[in-house]
Amino acid sequence: MTDEITRELFDKLVDLAALQLEEEEAEYIRRQLNSQLTAIHELAAVPLDEDTPLAAHGVPYTLNTSAPARQDEHNPFPRPEIILSGAPEEEDRYFVTPEIPHEDLD
Amino acid sequence: MELCDLSAFELAGLIRNREVSAVEALESALKRIEQVDGRSGSLEAGEITPEDEKKVHAFITRTEQIARAEAEVVDRKLAEGVIPGPLAGVPYTAKDIFNVRGTLSTAGSKILSNYEAPYTATPVARMQKAGAVILGKVNLDEFTHGSSSESSAYQPAPRNPWDPSTVPGGSSGGSTAAVAAGMGQLSLGTDTGGSIRQPSAFCGVVGLKPTYGRVSRYGLIAFGSSLDCPGPVARNVRDAAMMLNVIAGPDPSDSTAVTVPVPDYTAELEGGVKGMRIGLSPDFFKIQYFNHESGEMDEEPISAEIKQAVEQAADRLSEMGARIVENVPMPHTKYGIPTYFVISRVEVASNLHRFDGVKYGYRTPLAIEDLDEMYRRTRAEGFGAQPKLRILMGMYVSAAQYSAQYYQRALKVRSLIRGDFERAYDPDGEYRLDALLTPATPTPAFKFGDVYGDTVLMQYADQFTVTANHAGIPGLSMMGGLSKERLPLGIQLLGRDYDEAALLRIGRAFEVATQDAPWRKEKPQVLAGLA
Repeated sequence: MTDEITRELFDKLVDLAALQLEEEEAEYIRRQLNSQLTAIHELAAVPLDEDTPLAAHGVPYTLNTSAPARQDEHNPFPRPEIILSGAPEEEDRYFVTPEIPHEDLD
Repeated sequence: MELCDLSAFELAGLIRNREVSAVEALESALKRIEQVDGRSGSLEAGEITPEDEKKVHAFITRTEQIARAEAEVVDRKLAEGVIPGPLAGVPYTAKDIFNVRGTLSTAGSKILSNYEAPYTATPVARMQKAGAVILGKVNLDEFTHGSSSESSAYQPAPRNPWDPSTVPGGSSGGSTAAVAAGMGQLSLGTDTGGSIRQPSAFCGVVGLKPTYGRVSRYGLIAFGSSLDCPGPVARNVRDAAMMLNVIAGPDPSDSTAVTVPVPDYTAELEGGVKGMRIGLSPDFFKIQYFNHESGEMDEEPISAEIKQAVEQAADRLSEMGARIVENVPMPHTKYGIPTYFVISRVEVASNLHRFDGVKYGYRTPLAIEDLDEMYRRTRAEGFGAQPKLRILMGMYVSAAQYSAQYYQRALKVRSLIRGDFERAYDPDGEYRLDALLTPATPTPAFKFGDVYGDTVLMQYADQFTVTANHAGIPGLSMMGGLSKERLPLGIQLLGRDYDEAALLRIGRAFEVATQDAPWRKEKPQVLAGLA
């Protein structure tokens, strides 16, 4: 585990994350990522068995501790206009976005 | 003594008996805010002045009108003979990561700077139902991403009431600074890697990270969904227990909130520690951190003063009848931070994708061509460096070609960290502990600007707290002494799943044992000379 996040890989990640970075910010963040990655590489030293379980959370969930599944019932928010009032742009109770990139089919 | 300096327990009793009104309690807290807090955090703060450097700056949004209405309701109910809730009239604050209907809920980020929550988080709703009075929303590291509260987009960032040239810790730094300075008896914080316990240690207050699932996360702006725990910040153990009584319990709106019965956490508080087994582990008395200059991991002893505070706490508890079990091995403690660097980043990358400028929050004002460009500009302008960094790391370590070596490996190491605690607490095992006693932090509060910017060193401030988040277990942090620079020294108790009661009981016994200690009489610097 000695990977480094190269500039090329970094730029790809930035693109996938739907971000844009100024040059100075990009350099700072890439440097920090590689520092953190060096710390993460410490994990390579941990002896692991094939059957060591993956822990998606710490505390085990059992039937005795878990809430029963809710009924699959439609439970609408009582006043949708409150939610719409927080929209950056709204028209006729629709969220409005800029043009969605698309290709016209023949 | 001012009303704002009383404990929540004392104040609630006076209000219930109508010796003082909830409005009077509120006025006292508001007066204290005027005296010590200075200007609230803002996106357009301009230059930080020498005057700013003497103030606490706990708040982003003050909610005086809501507080006044809530306090008047409490007084009216009392006048009508209605028995109010257990926290009736007690002023509190909420970290600005909780959605509260009718308030801005910013997460300390520009991207939520105009976001008014349409609903209220369950822990806040339970505080409201218990009659507590909300003073406002308090500052934090942006999206809780930090250990000093300096990374908030809302400046001036909070400062430590014990010495405003030092940080209050983070990410619940506004919560712990507010409670330490008398701006509300209680605060709702959240703890993902230590974000309640580390700032509580820095500010000399009591902070409790409950067991994962003990308190609902509904309405919390998510960071690491398998790690996040809302919990109390208080001035003493009894107040923390009272607050946990109110906020704990199952919630139909959060399927990870467990159905385990909630005991009365105040019932056994004075039960003492006789016969309890409390462990000390050598793995919590050294720090391991990444050295930029050598490129290696260095190992160093912790602050001698903190080590001494923990040892003295063990002595006090032993004198009160606890059995101190030394040399408990916790060998995976040193992997807590590297594991956290992976797991928390994967979870946060997933959680932060929702902020896109479409349904709520900030959208770039620039003229833009299409939706893709709007996403990019909005997120570039709206997020600060810390969230950006964490999103990118999360995407990298969970990418298909790297996941096995990073994410999957980290999840396995998480099992081993959990295993350390299971062995220590196993009732049929060698140690059979009720709790572990550890330092809360490797050092007392550090100076503003000393660590900020170095994201690796900053993360290592959480080395002793983060393993509890991986394991899901509860942890209590409290003051165990004062350094020669007059900064609080934090000790920590780590317990078994859902056994917050044991931690509170041990913590209360320690308070009793040290009630006459000289450091207990000391007050934060910002309170000196107040009328």
